[in-house]
Formats: sequence, C-alpha cells, structure tokens
Amino acid sequence: MNPGTTRKSLISWGLAILIVVLLGLVPLYGSPYTMILTTSIIMYAALTVSWVMFSGPTGNVSLAPAAFMGMGIYTAASLGKFLPLPLVILVGAAGSFCLALLVGALTLRLKGLYFSIFTFGLVLLMRQLVLWYEVRFTHTRGRFVVVIDNTTIFYVMLAIFVVLLITAHRLRRSKYGAALDAIGEDEEAAAHTGINVTALKTITFSLSALFMGATGSIMATKWTYIDPYIAFDPFFSFMPVLMAVFGGMGTFYGPIIGAAVFGLLEELLLTQFPFYYMLMFGIILVVAITYLPDGLIGLVTKWKKGGRAANNASP
Amino acid sequence: MIVAILDVVVAGLLLGGIYALISVGLSLQYGVARVFNVAHGEFMMLGALSTWSLNQALGLNPIIAMAVCGPVAFVIGYVLHRTLFKRLRRISASIGAFEGSSMLASFGLLFIIQNVANIVWNTQTKAYTFMTYPVSIFGALFAANRLVTLAFAVAFGVVFYLFLVQTRLGKAIRAAAQDPKTAALMGVNINQVLALCFGFGALMAGLGGLLVSMSYPMQTTMGLEYTIITIIVVALGGMGSIPGSFIGGFSLGLIGSIVTKIEPGLSLAAYYLLFMLVLWIKPTGIMGK
Repeated sequence: MNPGTTRKSLISWGLAILIVVLLGLVPLYGSPYTMILTTSIIMYAALTVSWVMFSGPTGNVSLAPAAFMGMGIYTAASLGKFLPLPLVILVGAAGSFCLALLVGALTLRLKGLYFSIFTFGLVLLMRQLVLWYEVRFTHTRGRFVVVIDNTTIFYVMLAIFVVLLITAHRLRRSKYGAALDAIGEDEEAAAHTGINVTALKTITFSLSALFMGATGSIMATKWTYIDPYIAFDPFFSFMPVLMAVFGGMGTFYGPIIGAAVFGLLEELLLTQFPFYYMLMFGIILVVAITYLPDGLIGLVTKWKKGGRAANNASP
Repeated sequence: MIVAILDVVVAGLLLGGIYALISVGLSLQYGVARVFNVAHGEFMMLGALSTWSLNQALGLNPIIAMAVCGPVAFVIGYVLHRTLFKRLRRISASIGAFEGSSMLASFGLLFIIQNVANIVWNTQTKAYTFMTYPVSIFGALFAANRLVTLAFAVAFGVVFYLFLVQTRLGKAIRAAAQDPKTAALMGVNINQVLALCFGFGALMAGLGGLLVSMSYPMQTTMGLEYTIITIIVVALGGMGSIPGSFIGGFSLGLIGSIVTKIEPGLSLAAYYLLFMLVLWIKPTGIMGK
C-alpha cells in the first residue's frame, strides 16, 4: 500500500464520519419533515448496501430483500407489545438470518438464475403463508404495530446503518471479501483454490438478510398498521437492485448515492403520481442497464479519465 | 364421489392448458433467446385487458380479437428484441452476463408495462361475459368458455410444435437453441431468429391472456403471479422443450386444483414445494437434456 492510498482511505473515512455526524444532527436542527425523509433515505441506503454486500461481488442477483424485510416487519408487529425495542430488532434480525440460511443452503448450489427466481418467488410465498396463517388461526388480516416516536426511529435506523457500513467495509477488505470476488469471477476456479463456495455464499447471504430484517423491524413502527400485502411488497426487492445498478455496484459509495437519489424522487413523486413514478423507475432501470453498465459512478470515472479510456470502461 | 374427483381433475386440466401455453412462450424466450423475461406475465395482462377493451368498445368477440391481439403482441416482442436485447447481447462480456443484465432489463419492462396499463386501464378489476352457459362432462358442470379456452390452448401448442418440427424456420430456431454460434456459421441469421423467438414468446403470452380473460376477471397486477407459475412450469418441464411445457403445465394445473380443493390458501406453497423437489432431483426438468 503506497502513501497515496493511505491518504485516500483516510479522506474517505473522514468523509464517512462527517456524513454520519451531519446525519446525527438532523433531528436536532432539521424540521420533522426533513427527519422523516432522511429516515426513509437511510432505510433505502441500508437495504441497498446490504444487498450489494452479497449480490455485488458474487453476481447472484437476490430478489429476496422484501422477504427478509417483511420478516422483520412481522417480528415487530407480533412481538412489539411484549419485548423492548432493542430485543425486537435483534429477534427480527435473527429471524431473517435463519430464513436466509435455510433458503441459501437450499438454493445457492443452483445455477445463478434459478437462485434469482427462487428468491423472487420467496416474497410471494411468504406473503401467502403469512396471510394463510392469519386468516386461519388469528382470524384477522392485519396487525397494529406499537408506535414509537420519529426521533427514536431515526437514531435506531442510523445506528443500524452505521453498523452495516462498518461490517460491509470490513468484509470487503477481509480474505472473505477477496474469496467472494473470486467466486464472482469464476465459481469453479474459486472452488479449486480451496474456497468452500456454498458455505461462504450462504453465510454472506444470511449476513445481508440480517440487516434487512433489522431494517424491517424498526421501520414497521413507522407504519403503525401492516398486513401481508404491505409487509411483503415486491417493490422492496426491486428498489435495492435499481438503486445499486443506477449508482454503480463496483464502488462503496455508488449504492448509497443511488439510494439517496431514488429516496428523494420517491418522496417527490410517489404520493402524487404513483404510476408515473413507477413508470419512470422502469425506464431508468432499462436505460441504466443498457447505457450505464457501471452506474452513475462509472460515468463520473469515465468522464474524469477522458475519452481515451471510454472504450475499455466496461470490463 | 366420482363427480367430485372429476370436478377437480377437469378443473385442473382447464387451468393447466393456459399454464402450458404461456410456458411455451417463456420456454422459447429463455431456452432459445436466453432472455429470462420476468415481464412475461405482463404481456399476458396486456392481452387480457386489450381483449376486454375491444369487447367493451366494439363488442368484439374474443375469438375474433385473437386476430388483432396476436399479431400486435408478436410485433411488440420482435421489436423489443431487435432494439433492447440485441444491444444488451452485444455489450455483454459472456452469456452469463447477458442472462443477468437481460433479466434486470425485463424487470424494468415489467414496471413500464404494468404502469402504462395502470394509466390506461386504472387498477379496478374487470370482466366481461362470454359463453357462460354450463356444459356437463360426465356429470361435472363447467362453463363453456373454459372448454373453449382449453381447446385453443392445446391447438396453439400443437400448431407451434408442428411449425418447429416441420418448417425450415422451425429448424433454424431449434439449431439456434442448441448452439447459436454454430447455427450462425451455418448461415442462420441469428439476430433475426432470436427476435422471432422473442416475438413468438410474446404472442403466446398475449393469446394466453386473451384466453384467461374469457373465464376469469382481470386487473393490471395479474401478471406477476402468472410469471412465477410459468417459471415453475418451465423449470419442471425443461427449458426449451414444448412437450415439457405441456407436461409441466398440466401437472401444475392439476396440483393447483387439488390443493385449492383441500386448503385454498396454500396453492403457491404447493407449487414451491414441487419446484424445490424438481430442482433437487432433476435440475434440467422432466424433458430437459
């Protein structure tokens, strides 16, 4: 490592700490509206960063975020009355972790595409199973969630996000991060170098699910009433993918920038023009995939390097 | 007792016919064109709602509407491949990268199609009546429209199968499915063939939607569940195999009908269990190589 990279990493760490501190000040100096908006942006950033943690290096597109988030939401709805908040979040996170462990162990041996399909259907499956259980045994459709004040939600969400960022960063820099990259390059070759491919993939997948579950458990308290259709909404599976693709998956900040952009757009457009917002969402996804293979960040790097490198920008 | 069993079996076959037809479409799009089209069910929804509109506005018989909806769906699919997926194919480093990026692009299509439909048709549930009088099959009663649906689904499947086996273009499609590069070297215009396959896939979905609209109510969000079912059927029958899609479609229809009779809330869970079993025992599907 040369001095240039050390300085660079110091700057990026400093920047990260500055951003977190600035975010921490939002409830003290910002309006309640700003705080709620920031909460939802941090939620999307947390979902996207945890999605990238697994799907970024391995290239296996997981469409299960909504299932894990829903798991957290239902934990908060069913245990919120009996347990203190930190415990509820821990249980929600652990529940998602276990579900991901099961799903990962069953499907991560399969070819990449089957994994995507299975995880996508998992959201609908969970929705149907929970709905069936509620109608059959509790004879209700939805549940009320214990209400918590917005400032607490904000700080808890921020704390989860910070823990997630540190975990994701440490994982990326560790030998496991390198092993995940190797799996993404060529699974068979990685297996031949002695990496236990399925085990590593399953654990990373479960770790990412843990943070999605925690996010769901705290965000549920903001919605006050939930039912299986709200909790297991496939939309929450697509958002992280779009935000990561749009921001650029290869870098650390790309997904966060993507989350911030779409979090703001959603706030501006979703309530007033829901169909047009979702339509634009689709168009941006298609355009980003066809014209920006490396996302917004890729565009910026390409622009910095100048036209000379433009031809070999995509590997 | 016998009537009750017949009731379940025939209902399953009727449902299975539709599943089979739509699955042939996805099987072509993925088995040959390598596009895992998650928006497949949306083409179906377009077919169903267009038929409804034609029926409401012009009083058009859904069977005649086929002549309108089929070609339009085909052209949309063909053009999509010629523009979007052809470009993705060119910029992708490997076939694996293409499969990933084309799947994500089809997610984009899903949102585009569904929300254009939301803007055009709004989100209310719609239905029209067509041949609702009952027909008795060995004592079990069924609406005539569902029998028409089954007959057309099977007829379309058979016609397409004969097309693949008998004609020159069908041969080119089968060659492209086996090995696109070699097929291209043998003089097959590969971009043309893949675009045709995508078009045929959209055509099947559109007609499938039209057939569904004859006997079921519809709304703009109906596509997703059919997409999931189609994926399971294709995994069950084997990618790129038309007989496989039919076997898979009818099996799933039967299982769905039986489970719905016993425990109505759990049909999707039963499909999933089946999906898991197939992937474990024979990952290439029943007719897969």
